[in-house]
Amino acid sequence: MPAIGVLALQGDVREHRATLEGLGARVVEVRSPRDLDVIAGLVIPGGESTAILHLLVTSGVRAPLQERLNDGMPVLGTCAGMIVMARHVRDGRSDQWSFGSLDVTVRRNGYGRQVASFEADVALSSGGSIPGVFIRAPRIEEWGSGVEVLGTCNRGDGDAPVWVRDGSVWACSFHPELTADQTVHRTFLAAHGLL
Amino acid sequence: MSVNENSTVGTARVKRGLADMLRGGVIMDVVNPEQAKIAEDAGAVAVMALERVPSDIRRDGGVARMSDPQMIREIQETVTIPVMAKARIGHFAEAQILQSLDVDYIDESEVLTPADETNHIDKWPFTVPFVCGATNLGEALRRIGEGACMIRSKGEAGTGNIVEAVRHLRTINEQMRRLRAADEAELYALAKDLQAPLPLVLEVAQTGALPVPLFCAGGIATPADASLVMQLGAEAVFVGSGIFKSEDPNRMARAIVEATTHFRDPSIVAKVSTGLGAAMRGAETASLEQRLAERGW
Repeated sequence: MPAIGVLALQGDVREHRATLEGLGARVVEVRSPRDLDVIAGLVIPGGESTAILHLLVTSGVRAPLQERLNDGMPVLGTCAGMIVMARHVRDGRSDQWSFGSLDVTVRRNGYGRQVASFEADVALSSGGSIPGVFIRAPRIEEWGSGVEVLGTCNRGDGDAPVWVRDGSVWACSFHPELTADQTVHRTFLAAHGLL
Repeated sequence: MSVNENSTVGTARVKRGLADMLRGGVIMDVVNPEQAKIAEDAGAVAVMALERVPSDIRRDGGVARMSDPQMIREIQETVTIPVMAKARIGHFAEAQILQSLDVDYIDESEVLTPADETNHIDKWPFTVPFVCGATNLGEALRRIGEGACMIRSKGEAGTGNIVEAVRHLRTINEQMRRLRAADEAELYALAKDLQAPLPLVLEVAQTGALPVPLFCAGGIATPADASLVMQLGAEAVFVGSGIFKSEDPNRMARAIVEATTHFRDPSIVAKVSTGLGAAMRGAETASLEQRLAERGW
């Protein structure tokens, strides 16, 4: 079975690992360029995006990971992981960079600071709902025509996408790894034959 | 679809969840926007906004209080990472003010002068999460019982001496192992000995871990200190005086961030420790007149 990586520079790595292993996946923690050689897909966890971006550079992982992304390696990013993958980032630092593989524009802390962090159900485009935990979450403000909206949440101003897919790149504003629901991880792994 | 009526803010899950997101990172004490910028540039996951770092509080004496809201706002406007601030132990009015300022975490801290000799803040009614210090498992579980969403060792703040933080981490871990190994019938007496709420004692006995993240604070002054406490089970580190009282704060900040991420790899910790300049001077805890870790109970 191919291994799935979890970027383990900073953030809630343990919860992603537990969810993936609960689904039967073989997990490798990624901290150095050589770790990328053994993985067939990658999860970028929640955490602080500025710290993760900084550590991607200092660890030397940025350039080889960009190559893997260009080659179409499947990636799932949650919260900070979405910011790291987004094409455009608003309210970022002046030197904010991202891999740009996900055709969305996100606003950092777009739902507010920590006192505004919330739990709410995410309505699935396929029907039904899953629990969503949003912590200083990024908000998707624009998305390209090639982006498939898989889940939405309504905060009083219409249904906004919070779980999306752009080819091999998947991302959500919320933290599926903090709940017992495995839908987001299972859908990602199954779509790319990683189970 | 209609607006989600089940949406809720300030739940235990979102409050503890932010602590989860900070894991593997470094939270740095800063006293002005310039230092906050240096911290963010160096890869800090959050900053703690305060008027004086602990070593200066220790030197100056007097009553140490919550910071000026103006200073906290300026730091919030300067950085994009979470901003924490300290309230005095038991001073719920300071905590209410900090919550109204939209700080991301409140540290009910023994570094400031305690405001209540008996009671800590009842943290449950707050939307903003709290971190509290602990020197042992009983203290940690009492704080969690009051609603703390993150526990940190107290260490001996402002000394640059890691010995107390090591003692606290080892004590908490040793006491958790004791609960894990205990016969079920022994847990009631152990809860009494720990002076901790029984439901939390039963939970730790079952899971072998605290119900909230355990971070390390107090006395971290070098990358090696960060690696040490991470290997002892801390999930992230707070650095107070250790960065901006060192010879080259910019390099020290980056080095401690690297060492915290790569704490299992001594070759990386060696690399970032090379030619760093002097760490903060530090103090031998046995010679201190005021032990901050003894504040809180």
